[in-house]
Amino acid sequence: MHNYTIAELVKGLQNKEFSSVELTQHFLDRICQLNDDYNAIITITGEQALTAAALADKRLASGDAPAMCGVPILHKDIFCTDSVRTSCGSKMLDSFIPPYNATVVENFARDGAIMLGKTNMDEFAMGSSNETSFYGPVKNPWATDCVPGGSSGGSAAAIAARLAPGATATDTGGSIRQPAALCGISGLKPTYGRVSRWGMIAFASSLDQAGPMARTAEDCAIMLNCMASFDEKDSTSVEQTVPDYTASLGNSVKGVKIGIPKEYFSEGLHPGTELAVRKAMAQLEAQGAELIEISLPSSDLSVPAYYVIAPAEASANLSRFDGVKYGYRCENPKDLQDMYCRSRSEGFGEEVQRRILIGTYCLSAGYYDAYYGKAQKVRQLIQQDFSEAFKSVDLIMGPTCPSPAFKFGAKGDDPVAMYLEDIYTIATNLAGLPGMSVPCGMVEDKPVGLQIIGNYFDEARMLNVAHQFQQITDWHHQAPEAM
Amino acid sequence: MNWETVIGLEVHVQLATKTKIFSAASTAFGATPNSQACAIDLAMPGTLPVLNKQAVNYAIMFGLAIDAEICQESVFERKNYFYPDLPKGYQTTQLEKPIVGPGSVTIQLADGTEKSIRIHHAHLEEDAGKSTHEGDLPYGMSGVDLNRAGTPLIEIVSEPDMRSAEEAIAFAKKLHSIVTSINICDGEMSQGSMRFDVNVSVRPDGSSTLGTRTETKNLNSFKFMEEAIEREVERQIDLIEDGGTVAQETRLYNGDTKVAKSMRSKEEANDYRYFPCPDLLPVLVSDEAIDELRRSLPELPDARQKRFVSEYALSDYDSATIASDSNMSAFFETVVGDSNHAKLAANWVMGELSGSLNNAGLGFTESPVSAQQLAGMVARIADNSISGKMAKQVFEAMWLGEGTADEIIDAKGLKQVSDSGALEKIVVDVLAANAVMVEDFINSEESKRKKKLGGFMGQIMKASKGQANPQQVNQILLQKLNELL
Amino acid sequence: MTIERKEIEKLATLSRLAIDEKTITDVTGRLSSVLALVDQLQNADTESLQEVSRPFHISQRLRNDEVKETDQRDAFQAIAPQTHNGLFSVPKMIE
Repeated sequence: MHNYTIAELVKGLQNKEFSSVELTQHFLDRICQLNDDYNAIITITGEQALTAAALADKRLASGDAPAMCGVPILHKDIFCTDSVRTSCGSKMLDSFIPPYNATVVENFARDGAIMLGKTNMDEFAMGSSNETSFYGPVKNPWATDCVPGGSSGGSAAAIAARLAPGATATDTGGSIRQPAALCGISGLKPTYGRVSRWGMIAFASSLDQAGPMARTAEDCAIMLNCMASFDEKDSTSVEQTVPDYTASLGNSVKGVKIGIPKEYFSEGLHPGTELAVRKAMAQLEAQGAELIEISLPSSDLSVPAYYVIAPAEASANLSRFDGVKYGYRCENPKDLQDMYCRSRSEGFGEEVQRRILIGTYCLSAGYYDAYYGKAQKVRQLIQQDFSEAFKSVDLIMGPTCPSPAFKFGAKGDDPVAMYLEDIYTIATNLAGLPGMSVPCGMVEDKPVGLQIIGNYFDEARMLNVAHQFQQITDWHHQAPEAM
Repeated sequence: MNWETVIGLEVHVQLATKTKIFSAASTAFGATPNSQACAIDLAMPGTLPVLNKQAVNYAIMFGLAIDAEICQESVFERKNYFYPDLPKGYQTTQLEKPIVGPGSVTIQLADGTEKSIRIHHAHLEEDAGKSTHEGDLPYGMSGVDLNRAGTPLIEIVSEPDMRSAEEAIAFAKKLHSIVTSINICDGEMSQGSMRFDVNVSVRPDGSSTLGTRTETKNLNSFKFMEEAIEREVERQIDLIEDGGTVAQETRLYNGDTKVAKSMRSKEEANDYRYFPCPDLLPVLVSDEAIDELRRSLPELPDARQKRFVSEYALSDYDSATIASDSNMSAFFETVVGDSNHAKLAANWVMGELSGSLNNAGLGFTESPVSAQQLAGMVARIADNSISGKMAKQVFEAMWLGEGTADEIIDAKGLKQVSDSGALEKIVVDVLAANAVMVEDFINSEESKRKKKLGGFMGQIMKASKGQANPQQVNQILLQKLNELL
Repeated sequence: MTIERKEIEKLATLSRLAIDEKTITDVTGRLSSVLALVDQLQNADTESLQEVSRPFHISQRLRNDEVKETDQRDAFQAIAPQTHNGLFSVPKMIE
């Protein structure tokens, strides 16, 4: 059962081939057996899952079951879950049990999905390797001495290891797409504002966006149907109808214009990755898509702009973790300032503190214009690049990340080396555009991701082309040997 | 050397919305601690702000009231600092693009002159919570109540246009009068609904450069503000004259102990790192929305004052006193409407009623004597049914809840006797019974007779049990005595 | 651009982080390398540009002024580090 896609599970449940309780129990058993190998899940909610599954079976029996009724999924531990510990991968929130749900969690509950547990992640989503989690690193099921990518590494690894058919994730600079690529699964970061941020613990508010991870593009479409909504509680949520993303999956790719930015195939790209990505695009061309070389001239500015904007916003977003209202408080503070400083330094890991310091620096008196102000202007240059490109193409494609999964500790000493991991994904966050990664080959026995970038709110077309690609390839069905 | 005082004000006005600026939690005053602090107010992880429309409208209304430019695209920013009463670790406020641009307010001074005070801008922001350091708390701990956190405020920033405590108080009172007249603030100073930060500096007369200023924060009464300014001006002048210099610092004034002190000067270490709040989008205000608010704007104190002069022929002083308080104005106009006697209504509203309310610590909306009741009494004074002296008795009885003016007049038998036949009989009887006084009166010189009338009046009023109409009695008495001359 | 140790100390104070002696050298080195990265921004020609707002968000939505929250103090205080009589307890604040 664990090899079924969400689409297949939905059918199986509706045709009573198996019950939700059986299915849920099956995944819980797998999690029990295998999670220790990968450390993909922080909190397992078995009892609640089985209760919800029993309810789902009743709804399925009654015949008016919602779209994902009875399908087990995992939530990234960045989404607040009522009465279930929400740690954000941090010691700071190790004991934090919110009395409310994120809108994304509510949406899945509304549509009948079953939460199996909460997935591991880089602390406060700050990282590209899942090495910064308070709960220890996640291992890549394809090569357990390698990272799964981050920050949604737990979600990606869990899907690759067949611990769940789908999981929620978030993407601030590539945190859905990069781990999806490194773990050989599909993942979509929607247009900024498409999915509500309510109840999703903020890293960088103007860049954060939640999206689905699953094995196939079709499953991502099913999940996005459920996740995407207008939410009055999020001022940046966009009031626009949510289309049925599964409806257009069958469309032909004939005549679809695909832009290939030359800047995405430059120095630093692993030759094997380049080969796999170019081959994937050639396959689409063979199906009638049109490949057009384009330029995104400001690409090299996206990483520097990101590493000003994201830490700046994070430095303020993380000020609420002060040991007063919830979360970690140090033992025996000698006075108020001591309580603040020690609670925060003991509660936050190194990378989080580093980013808070960088963000504080970029916003401080005398530096604001040179850093934050400048980065916001550069952000506009990057947007202009894309809007110019989308005048002549429908989609943009390239590699998701420069190379396949790297070994633990490989980029430990130099934060900048780690930051360059997101060199191809960050620009879409800065522009607010949707981006996705689908598996498109193997290099050194590790998966490679093809990145698809769409215009604003053009997720349906991205999913359509990704699905069509998956009709002519089987990378998305390949499983790590252990499976 | 003569010194000139320069004062600028920053005024925090709590807006009279039902809910917080960024959450749907109640803003009611005096609730159980933390019972009105919802997930957003507590800055729970993942929560997000959504802006209260009424708060925006109130800020715009204030802008219109001071004839300011309304910024059609204003932006919220984050002001970063740590304090336990600031749950997010930043205050959401406005800096570069405040919703209300430059405007001005006219103040009236005691000598009758007017002065215009410029407003630099006014911006929307959220209030912080409250900390308590006293009472039943564990040793060495403070307690934090976040009910007030997120209450909408406008901060009004004046130019340094005031030159004395009197001007500053007049300005503060004028702002109070404006915000309560347009109903955007309840004006309850004792509950912190309006709080003043006062920037004070001094400079030699004739100097055009500003001296170093200090900021005295969080004054919540006009009296304390006046004291704080006067003390600070004196302190600065003494300091300079003794060869010292004024340090730029934040100060606190304790109105109860009359002690001012410097807050430890951490100013330099502060760096608020303002930046646009990414959780909120620019607030756009259309011309239509502004026009609609302009049309719905209640009458402003200045316009009301002019109207009271033209419509009710009140004096400048009376009209200004009443017009400055919208509740007093409303009360007054009801009394006039029901009694048709503006001057008497003004006297009673400003005099006996204001005094009694003041003593009881009540506002006009809480008056035990209703406007209708007071109008009923004014009408009886106007038609000579009761004397002014009787009216005081009637008022006291109404205050104690003994009924309407007419009921009280009846019950206490206070009706003034104005029947001339009855009065003439009393006068004749009194004169007959006091032959010696009458003789004395007749024999007195013309110039001294007037003085002696009082004696007869006393007797007559006594005989009538105080109910004789004094003017009528006076007339009849003079007539009768003249007949004897 | 390198960052001075003293500056790190100031940043740590502003952001209420206790950076100990042992890690300060390490932090200084790492921050300098990140700043060298972000300094690439200085080469960009942004003369004619405004600080950006988002491409498709036009304006802030406004909420009607209606009370919708109920008292959930007990639920919130159950997860607070320290409370006393309904107040959040913190080490004494000194004015």
